Amino acid sequence: MFKIIKREDVSDTVKLIEVEAPLIASSAKSGQFVVLRLKEGGERVPLTIADKDKKKGTVTIVFQVVGKSTIELASFKVGDSIKDLLGPLGKATDFAGAKNIVCVAGGVGIAEIYPEVKELHEEGKIVTTIIGARNKALLFFEEELKAVSDAMHVTTDDGSYGRKGFVSDVLKELLEKDKTIDLVVAVGPVIMMKVVSDLTKNYNVRTIVSLNPIMLDATGMCGACRVTVGGKTLFGCVDGPSFDGHQVDFGELIKRLNQFKDEEKNSAEIYKLKCRECRENGH
Amino acid sequence: MAINPKKTDMEKQTPEKRVKNFDEVALGYKEAEALTEAARCLQCKKPLCVDGCPVSINIPAFIKLVAEKKYNEAAKKIKETNSLPAVCGRVCPQEEQCEIKCIVGKKNEPVGIGRLERFVADAERESGNIEKNVVKLPEKKIAKVVIAGSGPAGLTCAGDLAMLGYDVTIYESLHATGGVLRYGIPQFRLPKEILDIEVDYLRKLGVKIIVNVLIGKTITIPELFKQGYAAVFVGAGAGLPSFLGVPGENLSGVYSANEYLTRINLMQAYKFPETDTPVRIGNKVAVVGAGNVAMDAARCSLRLGAKEVYIVYRRSEEEMPARKEEIENAVEEGVKLHILTAPVEVLGDEKTGRVKGMKVIKCKLGEPDASGRRRPVIIPGSEYVMELDTVVSAIGQSPNPLIPQSMPELKIGKWGNIVTDETTGETSVPGVYAGGDIATGAATVIAAMGAGKRAAKSMDAYIKAKLKIN
Ligand SMILES: Cc1cc2nc3c(=O)[nH]c(=O)nc-3n(C[C@H](O)[C@H](O)[C@H](O)COP(=O)(O)OP(=O)(O)OC[C@H]3O[C@@H](n4cnc5c(N)ncnc54)[C@H](O)[C@@H]3O)c2cc1C
Ligand SMILES: Cc1cc2nc3c(=O)[nH]c(=O)nc-3n(C[C@H](O)[C@H](O)[C@H](O)COP(=O)(O)OP(=O)(O)OC[C@H]3O[C@@H](n4cnc5c(N)ncnc54)[C@H](O)[C@@H]3O)c2cc1C
Ligand code: SF4
Ligand code: SF4
Ligand code: FES
Repeated sequence: MFKIIKREDVSDTVKLIEVEAPLIASSAKSGQFVVLRLKEGGERVPLTIADKDKKKGTVTIVFQVVGKSTIELASFKVGDSIKDLLGPLGKATDFAGAKNIVCVAGGVGIAEIYPEVKELHEEGKIVTTIIGARNKALLFFEEELKAVSDAMHVTTDDGSYGRKGFVSDVLKELLEKDKTIDLVVAVGPVIMMKVVSDLTKNYNVRTIVSLNPIMLDATGMCGACRVTVGGKTLFGCVDGPSFDGHQVDFGELIKRLNQFKDEEKNSAEIYKLKCRECRENGH
Repeated sequence: MAINPKKTDMEKQTPEKRVKNFDEVALGYKEAEALTEAARCLQCKKPLCVDGCPVSINIPAFIKLVAEKKYNEAAKKIKETNSLPAVCGRVCPQEEQCEIKCIVGKKNEPVGIGRLERFVADAERESGNIEKNVVKLPEKKIAKVVIAGSGPAGLTCAGDLAMLGYDVTIYESLHATGGVLRYGIPQFRLPKEILDIEVDYLRKLGVKIIVNVLIGKTITIPELFKQGYAAVFVGAGAGLPSFLGVPGENLSGVYSANEYLTRINLMQAYKFPETDTPVRIGNKVAVVGAGNVAMDAARCSLRLGAKEVYIVYRRSEEEMPARKEEIENAVEEGVKLHILTAPVEVLGDEKTGRVKGMKVIKCKLGEPDASGRRRPVIIPGSEYVMELDTVVSAIGQSPNPLIPQSMPELKIGKWGNIVTDETTGETSVPGVYAGGDIATGAATVIAAMGAGKRAAKSMDAYIKAKLKIN
């Protein structure tokens, strides 16, 4: 069992938990993730290690509430325990040789990119960070990211905060202005990573994306997470989750992510119904 | 007295009934049947059957005890060399191992050794004797050892080392123990409750089992040595699934058998939405391959409501690697065999990316290949399309690459297997032993257990030599 020692609402739909997991905390590197299972009968959910504290022996996870398991996780409180937690999984992101880096994140990707920005900053690289969300209420971690970035840009789709528009708009301007940018890291919704990769291809700037295919064991045993990269079938969980954005078949990824959409919806609906019942029953 | 030429039958659920449930298909011998079967054993002075058993169970001795109705004694006899009898009695390919060597089998059907083994193990469990049969072990341990992986290889190695007086810790990467016994082999062939009891027996021997630890990632083998472990056994299995290598293999609805079976068995997708992990079966399923894995995937599909289930296999029925018994079971249940047929392309819906069919081509058998089986040769122009909702790739697994990747000094063979000395389980790194599917590639439960046993013996010798104990 893995005890939750901190629980915060980052925004309406994004929550943060800090969990006791000393072994994982001592070996985690940026870009890696965990798989958790809330309870008996629960599914295995992959989530990025957004931060770790070796001394305290904890890892921090920031997650967006989208379906059954994340709705349920959001109901966990400080002191509650998660049944299973496995990690760190996947390969650490390989920034090899890059000096002037732009990190682009959207949605919950803002939390996922934090450890990478921090690591690059600590290594003395030039890091520009661009974060974006649909509206102001969905933004978070601005201060945290600012503290570890050389420059910071914020966008909202509706203009309710920062600049109105998409992260890719800002990225395009930066690429136009600064020809020394040698790496772009993009983490967020698949469509955002696709747009960013298409854009940077025109500028011939290496781009790393962090893919989130459906996973099951996340140890390389099932192939549920397979993605096509450079025409080859690779496993997201062990070969990734970071890949060369210019090589990824995003269309296939999007289709594969929809594989169980009906079942997932059904499961979330049933859970919400039951949950209302259990609330009414005073549990 | 003339010997009964036939093995005593074991009752099974009828096909019509069993395709609607996940309960065990074969129901096991009743006492009278076991006694009849035990009487068929000639109690050979030089029992050939024992040579066929990778863990050398004293077969005549345990069968004699059955004949004398000393079932608990029989269980103890088996457990001297095999810690998982209820599992082996169910899933061992007996017909190719102990039973093929049985002298009775020369003229008649061999003695039903596996069925008797199962009977004894079930009798021990049902009479509540497992607990009483736990051996008392000394408090003081010789040294600490680690087992990576809780499949049959790891469990056996752990059990033997515990009995030899070691402080044993098993690290398992999944959230549950058993390896393929849990995530691969379905409930209707091996009830998980039985596996649980056999694993629990190890706990009673003092073995510590820690799940959710991926050796090589959560902690590495060199780190374990630093923590004072004297030796490590790697039983990480052959988990890496092979895909078809044809266009369309990544369409939604194409699963590896590992994914398919893991969803169904480990994650209990057959209870969805009561459990949280879904699996989508559809009406028409093709399983490519013809081993035990393929039969399991096909039979699960039927139980989950598929209307048509096909086995697509490029050779003939003769060459099918699955146990005969399981092929028969599958066919009885309604699985259709498309033999001498190879996949060419999986066809999908442009928009949704979901499977809608598979183009296949007919084959004929040519000259024998390296494996001694006749090579399938495609017949040009014989392509046709099968209409399908789901395709399961059950064409093999290779050894898990994670541990080798995290330890470059570990010598790896051609197929990504860890290279070991077959008789000792030694790897290229002193103190690191390996066995089971990670060393041999996908094989059998009992072969993995045999490897775990041999490794335990040599680990004991290695540690004692190092600590100068004799
Ligand atoms: C390596 C990796 C790291 C991840 N890190 C994070 C993270 O740090 N924070 C976070 O909030 N999420 C992260 N995700 C996504 C997260 O795993 C899914 O959001 C989660 O599994 C949804 O579970 P659910 O039961 O709540 O929803 P489900 O019922 O499973 O799904 C609800 C909806 O989400 C979509 N969906 C399902 N699985 C995924 C997925 N893997 N990625 C994207 N959409 C999905 C479905 O299509 C569906 O529309 C990560 C995924 C991977 C593979
Ligand atoms: C569907 C199916 C049906 C089968 N049917 C039969 C049958 O009827 N009869 C028969 O004899 N054989 C059968 N087999 C084959 C048999 O199950 C295997 O040969 C046997 O289980 C191999 O045992 P193992 O201990 O080597 O590995 P596994 O059983 O594969 O166990 C390996 C374990 O190690 C864990 N692991 C992997 N990597 C790590 C790591 N880095 N750290 C920690 N843990 C790790 C895995 O999660 C797993 O639990 C079948 C196989 C399958 C897939
Ligand atoms: S363990 Fe397998 S091979 Fe050995 S006696 Fe039992 S059934 Fe036969
Ligand atoms: S070879 Fe057959 S008859 Fe002889 S001891 Fe073994 S099981 Fe009995
Ligand atoms: S999730 Fe199973 S192999 Fe990647």
